[in-house]
Amino acid sequence: MLSVENLSTTYQAPGAKPVLAASNINFSVPTGRLFTLLGPSGCGKTTTLRSIAGLERPSKGVIKAHDTVVYSSAGNIFVAPNHRQFGMVFQSYAIWPHMTVFQNAAFPLQVQKKRLSAKDIRDKVMKVLAAVSLDHVEEREATRLSGGQQQRLALARALVMEPRLLLLDEPLSNLDAKLRDKMRFELKKMQRELGLTTIYVTHDQSEALALSHEIAVMNEGKIVQIGSPRDIYERPANTFVADFIGTTNFVEGTVRGGADNRLVVDTRIGQLNVNAQPGISVGANVSLSIRPEDVHLSDTAPTPSSNSLFVGTVRAKVFLGECQDFKIDVNDTQLLARAHPSVRTLVGEQIHIAIDPEKCTLLAA
Amino acid sequence: MAVTTPDGTAVHTPFSRGLRSSFDMKWVIIGLCIVVVAWLALIPLGFLIWQSFASTSTAQVPAVFTLENYATAFGTADSVGLMFNSLKFAFGTAAFALVLGTFFAWVNERTNTPFKSLFFAMSIVPLIIPGILFTVSWIMLASPQIGIFNQVLRDWFGLTTPLFNIYSLTGMIWVDGLHYAPIAFLLVTAAFRSMDPSLEESALMSGASVVQVAFKITLKLAWPAILAAFLILFVRGIESFEVPALLGLPVGLRVYTSAIYDAVHSYPSDIGLASAYAMALLLITSLGIYYQSRLSSQGSRYSTVTGKGFRPRVSDIGRWRYATAGVFILYCVFVVILPFLVLLWASLQKYYAAPSWAALQNLSFAAYGKVLAYPGFYGVVWNSAKLAIGGATVVMLLTSVICWITIKTKIPGRWVLDMLASLPLVFPGIVLGLSLMIFYLNFDIGIYGTLWIMLMAYVIKFLPYGMRYNSTSMIQIHKELEESAAMSGASWFTIFRRIVLPLLKPGLMAGWIYIIVVSVRELSSSILLYSPGNEVISIMIWEFWQNGQYIELSAFGVMMITALFCFLMVVQTLSKRFGVKEV
Repeated sequence: MLSVENLSTTYQAPGAKPVLAASNINFSVPTGRLFTLLGPSGCGKTTTLRSIAGLERPSKGVIKAHDTVVYSSAGNIFVAPNHRQFGMVFQSYAIWPHMTVFQNAAFPLQVQKKRLSAKDIRDKVMKVLAAVSLDHVEEREATRLSGGQQQRLALARALVMEPRLLLLDEPLSNLDAKLRDKMRFELKKMQRELGLTTIYVTHDQSEALALSHEIAVMNEGKIVQIGSPRDIYERPANTFVADFIGTTNFVEGTVRGGADNRLVVDTRIGQLNVNAQPGISVGANVSLSIRPEDVHLSDTAPTPSSNSLFVGTVRAKVFLGECQDFKIDVNDTQLLARAHPSVRTLVGEQIHIAIDPEKCTLLAA
Repeated sequence: MAVTTPDGTAVHTPFSRGLRSSFDMKWVIIGLCIVVVAWLALIPLGFLIWQSFASTSTAQVPAVFTLENYATAFGTADSVGLMFNSLKFAFGTAAFALVLGTFFAWVNERTNTPFKSLFFAMSIVPLIIPGILFTVSWIMLASPQIGIFNQVLRDWFGLTTPLFNIYSLTGMIWVDGLHYAPIAFLLVTAAFRSMDPSLEESALMSGASVVQVAFKITLKLAWPAILAAFLILFVRGIESFEVPALLGLPVGLRVYTSAIYDAVHSYPSDIGLASAYAMALLLITSLGIYYQSRLSSQGSRYSTVTGKGFRPRVSDIGRWRYATAGVFILYCVFVVILPFLVLLWASLQKYYAAPSWAALQNLSFAAYGKVLAYPGFYGVVWNSAKLAIGGATVVMLLTSVICWITIKTKIPGRWVLDMLASLPLVFPGIVLGLSLMIFYLNFDIGIYGTLWIMLMAYVIKFLPYGMRYNSTSMIQIHKELEESAAMSGASWFTIFRRIVLPLLKPGLMAGWIYIIVVSVRELSSSILLYSPGNEVISIMIWEFWQNGQYIELSAFGVMMITALFCFLMVVQTLSKRFGVKEV
């Protein structure tokens, strides 16, 4: 397991004021779990990962891996990265171009304190290369591998040392879209099978949602929300998270009244009766986050249900094959909607909208 | 600093803040490199300054503080003439080389002149024909007494007075300018290549002629680079020793470098005066290098000139291309063919004689036999080999660590290290030789008069080259390649040995080979540092010349040029076959 307490790291650019790249980061990852740091570029996620790795020296906090303190500002402890035994896959893969596939994967075993015989090294390397299906190219020069193969070699190199922790720094970002989808599944399968505690850094929300047990969304050096993928997606803590994770509609409004843990919100598109949120009371200005796929469209008026019903005008639509994206004006407010391809309403015509209040997230404006 | 507890946890004191490795070989090696570089770069310079204020000490009178050296060096009519000669010579050399080099660069990059593939091959000529041999060959071609040109004019056209006199300022500028033109060519070519071709193409579309584009767009845009090239050539010119010593001294035409040599070799030798001259020389070279580096760093003003390699469309210059090719061929004749042929001719004679039918009957290989049987010949070659290989190895390894510190770390004050290692750029060879000589004469640690002091001179002189080759490669090494090795558990030393050095290999090898070649021809430092029994190849050539052994000199020269040529060819083939991988 890994625990990070009150971690802060300052980044000193040459000739500039020090920037607090990560401030007061707290989280812990149970053994065998995959934990993702998610956020836009410059949010401090990579700095946090590099602080865990020991490649950056934090200015404050405590980092513990499996009960060994690897960094503590109070205890003045800083274990050098080469003594931490953390496997890491870099964004660029950092495959050494002057070595073969085998030599790349064998390097961690050759430099470790515990000396292994050449045969032991060979056995271990071949086993891990086989696990990432690279055993057939062991003698190839590493630079002649394809992008996906390099990525797998980087993973093999991180795994061969039997790391106490696996750190992945945007490992899929340099692959093309199709390969990325494939590797995403392989990575997930391998992590789950090996049960390795893993920290994953990415800016790609779908990757984070697909892979993680738990996600920490970061912005401007701070963690803004920690939760399971479903939590983060369905109950974003604020407008930043709602906006960053997926696409969403923000509908401004004012809380009119409420009862039984429900609040009635007056918005530009009409009234909605949604779940209450702690800290939001009557009279507050709020914003409702409504995912495009939760804006249900129909050509004709739907049968009454618990959904709130509205009528809008289609401004534009894009046919995407398995679905259609609509832009709809409702009382001067534009809504994005993702609908089934069977919806036939033309641009400029009226369309019926149904929104399930349960799917609306109430956020402080 | 850090201590490692038994469970493998390193405990750090605040001193190691911001650095990421625990205590190991790293700090020993880094510290050693810093001390060595500071020692190499600063001690001779400091001592030289001190010496320039000291009177000449004798057995009876110890040295005292004096300004007399400066008075002699700057205050007399003679010394003003010396300064003007030096500046005129350096300016003329730089201007001549720059005009030639820029013209060839333009012809090669922008026109459809034939034989273009030869241009880059020509640019290695100054490497394989050392300055001293080039100068000697031009004496054989154009001296008023023995010069072939003058003899041909006399015999064929009955000219009574010699037309060409190589022993003149014009002659000196001609020889050094021809020799430095390839440097100008390479510098200006680089500038032309980094220029966005659409700038010139849009001028063409606006109706400008090829020549108008060249003068109004190409040259104007490359102007900062051309000026920087001029300053580099100017510094080269003012540092030049072989040409002023061989062509200027015999007719009393002195420049700073030859005046230093003169002052040391007169009896009694006047070290104080030599030091004062050396200070003047250092001042000029420092100014030159300073303005050159300022020019190079402010290139952003011409932001259209980017770092990208462009290969613009070449212009069809019609029949003019035969003229441009003609100029180039003429240049080849002057810089390679004639000098080599005249040396070859002289080497095949028994006694030196100008080419004639009669002399042709006397061809023999006797001179080669004489050289090979010369006492100490193998020792001299062995000395040169030891110095070249040793110096190149030391320089490349030392600068690889320095470049790592200056490029890969954030250690405060690392720019000082960079500056120290580049400082020798301003030392002319003869000044370096002088300062090392007087320093180790005064502080006798047993290296004066041995090969070690020459090794030290070579290491100092070529440190900046090592920096240049290593830093270009070092910048290209992605930091994650090192970080992933650290994450794999490797120590700093292991990372440096197994990751950094192998990845540096392209630059490391190229710099190593270059330094070997320039070491073999080094003369201006060695001339003040060698002692009998410690001669190197260039000194042996110098001695042959002083003794009037022209045919032995020529035979030795032909062998040396051939050997250097073969060495470079072998290296080229090898590096193509076992190619240094792209990083």
